[in-house]
Order: sequence, then C-alpha cells, then structure tokens
Amino acid sequence: MRTTEAAASPRRSTAWRVFRIPALLAAVSIFGLISALLGDGIWNGLSWVALGVPLLVVAYFSLKRASG
Amino acid sequence: MLKSRTIRSWYWVHKWSSLVCTVFLLMLCLTGLPLIFRDEIDAAFGHDAPAAELPESTPDASLDRIVAEGRQRYPQEYVRSLFWDEDRPHVVNLFLAAGPDTDDPARNRFMAFDARTAQLLDEHQPSLDFMSVMLRLHEELFLDLPGELFLGLMGLLFVASIVSGVVVYGPFMRKLEFGTVRRDKSRRVRWLDLHNLLGIATLLWTLVVGATGVMNTLATPLFGLWRAQALPVLLAQYRGKPMPEVAQFGSVDQAVASARQALPGNEIGSVVFPTARFGSPRHYIIWTRGQTPVTSRLFTPVLVDVQTNALTQAQGLPWYLRALEVSRPLHFGDYGGLPLKIIWALLDVVAIEVLGSGLYLWLARRKSPIEARIAEIERGEVNAFETAQVPTP
Repeated sequence: MRTTEAAASPRRSTAWRVFRIPALLAAVSIFGLISALLGDGIWNGLSWVALGVPLLVVAYFSLKRASG
Repeated sequence: MLKSRTIRSWYWVHKWSSLVCTVFLLMLCLTGLPLIFRDEIDAAFGHDAPAAELPESTPDASLDRIVAEGRQRYPQEYVRSLFWDEDRPHVVNLFLAAGPDTDDPARNRFMAFDARTAQLLDEHQPSLDFMSVMLRLHEELFLDLPGELFLGLMGLLFVASIVSGVVVYGPFMRKLEFGTVRRDKSRRVRWLDLHNLLGIATLLWTLVVGATGVMNTLATPLFGLWRAQALPVLLAQYRGKPMPEVAQFGSVDQAVASARQALPGNEIGSVVFPTARFGSPRHYIIWTRGQTPVTSRLFTPVLVDVQTNALTQAQGLPWYLRALEVSRPLHFGDYGGLPLKIIWALLDVVAIEVLGSGLYLWLARRKSPIEARIAEIERGEVNAFETAQVPTP
C-alpha cells in the first residue's frame, strides 16, 4: 500500500522521508508526557525513558564527528 | 512539497513570530530553569521547623483554635486562608493579609502551626528573594495581570513560530538526512543545521510547555469567569443582608467536616475565608482534591455558609478550569519525580539553544532577498541559506 502510494506520488514520499523520524520522536514524547500523569512507579520510569529519547537524539547528532 | 508562495508565507510567519517573542522566551526559559527545582531549592535553603513527633494516632487540634491564635497575635490583620503544608506533614499554615479584599504586600504574613498541638512553629512575611524574583519575572514581569496576559501573547507567538518552523523544516531538509550537521561548511550553516535538529527533535515538549504556559496566563480571567458564573446565583439569597463580621463567622472545623462529609473520597487542601475578590463574601470555600495521580490535580470547591455552616455547594469545576488544572503539571514538569525535573531542565536548555541559534541566524543573515532563497529551495538546491558557501554545479 505504502510503496504503491510512494511510487505514485514522489512528493508524498519526500514528506514521509523528511518527517518520519520527527513524527516518531513526537509520538515517543507524547507517550512520555502522558505516562507520568497516569500513574506513579513504572509509569514515571517509562516517562523518563521516553522523554530521554529526544535528548539522546540531540546529543548523538550534535556531538557526532563529521563523517564525510 | 510546498509551492514557493506557500513556503514564503510560512517562512515569513516563522521569522516574525520568532523575532517578536524570542527575547521574552529567552527570559522565560532562563527564569524557568531554577523554577523547575523550586521545591528542592526551598527545601535546601528553608529552615522550617517540622511538626512535633507524636504517635500517628494523635488527633488533630481544633482549626478554630489555630485561627483564633493567629487573630489574637495579629488583631489588625485578616485571616484570608488556611492550608495544609504539602511538604511538612501535620503542619497547617495561615495566610494573613490587610483585609478580605484589600492588598498591602507589606502586611502579608504566613504562620505555620503544628496541626496536632496547635503550637506556632514559625512565621514569615514574603520577601523578594531570588526565587520570588524569578517567579514574578516568569509569571508577570512585575506587571501583574497585564504582564501575565502579555506573556500569554508572547507564548501564542511562540506556538505560531514552532508550528511554522515545522512547516519550513520540510523544504529545508528535502536533500538532507535527519540529524545532518554540516561541520565542514560555514559557522552559519552549522548553526542552521543545529537549529533544525534541536528544534525538530524537541518539538513536542516545547509545544506542550508553550501551550500550557499560555493556558496558565489565563488563570486569573478564567477563575474570574467561573466566579462570575457560579456566585451570583448562590449570593442572591443574601441580598440586602449585612456582611457578616469576623466575630460572626462560624466554626472552621465544622465547615471542614461538612466538606469531608460531602466529598468523602477527597483530601482537604485549603480553606479560603470570606472575600469578595478571591472567593465568596458569604462562604468558606474549602478546596478539596482527589487522591489518585490524575485526580489529585483536579480540585473541587465546597462552599459552606460562613455564618450558619450550612453546605451550599460541592461540585466540580467547569471544563475550562479542569483544562487549566491539567495544564499545570505539564508546564511545571513536577509530576514524575526528580528525574523528570532534570529532563525538563535539559529540554529547557535545548530550547534556549534553539532560541539563541535562531536569533544568531537572523543577525548573521545573508543580504540576499528572500525571493532568491525561495527560488533556490524550489530548484532543489541543497539549502537556501548556504548557497553562498556551496559551489553551484
């Protein structure tokens, strides 16, 4: 389904390529923001992990050595 | 992806919404940083005496006795509210002010009592220390309600700049992999890449903290709206009757007992004494909250006639105040322990970098007109902002 759409619409596939990681990070962040609201204990832990993901992504790419 | 006209409009929105709000947002991010750890800082520097160590079964002392003690020590002042300390178990605080509706900050005073022995533990007058300066700058720029609303407007512009930033991120990144930071190019290009990376990766947190911050600036008008909707009906029956004197006020203990009976599942947080400006002139308002992680954020006021102690009303707040209550933890980051606060602080630092790099990019902008840059994006060249450094094929 997705591959035929992408083949039919190069514009759409560009948007998908550019925004898929940001969309994933946004989804993980939403989960992190909500989970600590819902409960304590494990929910807090899940929240720390989830909200830590965008921070790790930022740290990884901004500290990465130039590669080619 | 987008037509050049559309890109141009979104870029215009991103540039101007950011330019107007950036200085204020930098201030908010900087003052917000210590405020995230407000409880920890207060606990470290405060030297509040704890309540006496007594067996857990020890019953609470009478609240009326505590209130009488406060009034006796400061007969000129008005006990405006009583609240249970959130950090010190078995401690009840009184807040005294110049009058029910008059404000004189020099006369505001907090008195802390042991809830079981009714002994005065300590008292203090609010002073302008470091944390309260941070808080007042962050909330209202020392301008009260107009300052709050102004910061709310800046917050709205911030939200607009985030949304438009996401839209222009698309064309910018068309030829680049996620996370690309071109170190071999000019400083400007490197900062542009970092601005894009940091901004898009933390987008959702920034958006939520920004939007809930805007929501918080509306607290005063929203509470005013609720009071305007709820109180006239309740106060109609008192029309023409004289205002009760402090000596005629009924028992606080009984009022709290009525609230407990009306909402047995709730915890009592505070009692607001009669005031026309902040509560009801004819009622004690007992603020209660639920006891689960979610419902402890949701307050339900119980109104009790101040003279007869008759229960007048105990119902949940309207949706707009519920929304405000839920937006608070999402702005403060105080709902998931110290690790969440540290994450909040780190994300705040990233936000400062995004704001700072955005400002730098504008200051160091190329002198070429935007049309040229849009055209470059349209032709699919690597990046409109770096064409000066990139040899065109």
